[in-house]
Amino acid sequence: MAGINMVFAGFGGQGILFAGKVCAYSGLMEEKEVSWLPSYGPEMRGGTANCSVCISDEPIGSPLVLTPDALIAMNIQSYDKFIDAVVPGGVAVIDSTLVDKKTERQDIKAFYVPATQMANDLQLQGLANIILLGKLLKETGFASLEAVEKAIAKCVPPRKQHLLEPNMRAIKAGMEA
Amino acid sequence: MKGNEALGEAAMRAGCRHFFGYPITPQTELSAYLSKMMPKVGGTFLQAESEIAAINMVLGAASAGVRAMTSSSSPGISLKCEGISYIAGSDLPCVIVNVQRGGPGLGGIQPSQADYWQATRAPGHGDLHAIVFAPSTVQEMVNIVFEAFDKADEYRMPAMILADGMLGQMMEPVEFPELKAHTVEKPWATNGHKGERKHNIVNSLFLQPQQLEDKIRERFERYAIIQEKEAKAEEYLTEDADIVLVAYGASSRIARSAVNSARAEGIKAGLIRPITLWPFPVKNIQAACKSAKAFLAVEMSMGQMVDDVRLAVNGDHPVHFFGRTGGIIPSPAEVLAKIEEISGGAK
Repeated sequence: MAGINMVFAGFGGQGILFAGKVCAYSGLMEEKEVSWLPSYGPEMRGGTANCSVCISDEPIGSPLVLTPDALIAMNIQSYDKFIDAVVPGGVAVIDSTLVDKKTERQDIKAFYVPATQMANDLQLQGLANIILLGKLLKETGFASLEAVEKAIAKCVPPRKQHLLEPNMRAIKAGMEA
Repeated sequence: MKGNEALGEAAMRAGCRHFFGYPITPQTELSAYLSKMMPKVGGTFLQAESEIAAINMVLGAASAGVRAMTSSSSPGISLKCEGISYIAGSDLPCVIVNVQRGGPGLGGIQPSQADYWQATRAPGHGDLHAIVFAPSTVQEMVNIVFEAFDKADEYRMPAMILADGMLGQMMEPVEFPELKAHTVEKPWATNGHKGERKHNIVNSLFLQPQQLEDKIRERFERYAIIQEKEAKAEEYLTEDADIVLVAYGASSRIARSAVNSARAEGIKAGLIRPITLWPFPVKNIQAACKSAKAFLAVEMSMGQMVDDVRLAVNGDHPVHFFGRTGGIIPSPAEVLAKIEEISGGAK
């Protein structure tokens, strides 16, 4: 079955659910089957937030991803929780500004992107999530860049249109990281 | 769109203009969505002072012949049971949504399917049933809202949509059917007679036992028709299946993944997914008995629907059970392991 199962994990407020939503919409733009399942409740309030995203050519069975093909981790807790769950051959994209660990696993492709630092340096405050999504896009090709750009346009609400351009820049910065 | 919001949008498109709610996780987005949208179509959104008040407002609105809905999650549904019984006892149509979470008591807020017995056996006191629907995708939730309103009107009884926290919280692509006019004639409605007809009475109190028995018998004749005509299920790879899984809602998606994995290992597994839980799709199970060697019920509970599977199989084959509860969603791997165990080990 052609498809990719992903987990996006970090603190509430880092835009982890938003990054997952952009990812899911990217699949939708290419007319794939998609699902987005967030963690909810006390987990989100102060603790870690995460979401499962599936993009597939076939109807999606379980939308809850326990063994991701690809992981974005934006804090230590999320890294610890999910790094060993990534399937062999899978991809992990880690915000190395916030996670100072490196995995010993040789069977996955781990990328350490100082996304939070990059966001500060590039005047893209608050868009570390999208920088990491850009890296994930480059390493997994979960969708085309065009589809991701359409998805961002869809997900950025009308009253926040001024954030459209920075989001597009963040994707590209991530792809080049 | 989020499952909860999709339920709200579908209700409006099905002609529901009266929603009475009370917030509870993981259902709240449904109320929140309708609080924004209902006023835009001239409808009534009312956040009641409690779940009990909300269901009794539904009783009142339904008496007047309009399409009315309420929604809650497990502990809130328990509070609504009294009102549901009165609604059934008054032969009123309405739609009740239960986005289930872990129980008993306040339990937890993660997805669960532990209200199956409540929904199918005793949604309130007395001899009664509600039609119970079990969607498994966001799109199906939308389609079922329309059907639930239609069937409730047709049979003059409460319809329940039994979802869970996973379906309520997840986003999936969804298409909405066109707005549908609400055309069901309700000559029994207490909506003002203007001196032009005899006044109608909506009531569930019948102090003469014979009168009450007659009422209930008449209702059960309707229930028998529903059991005959309205039971629905989806079958997946059941034709040649040795092991037939039975699962509804969220757990049916996990079961379907497990069936695919089992097939990849050469184990002939299939899935029956009940879409209505009451009436239970007994005929699908009985038809599967011809080729199946064993059944496996998969639920997010300690085993409730498995009772109905056993009743339908009626001793012809072994009926196994696998479940996780308390808010834990079973993994496809766990279900696959159970399938392997039943089939005598992985090949």
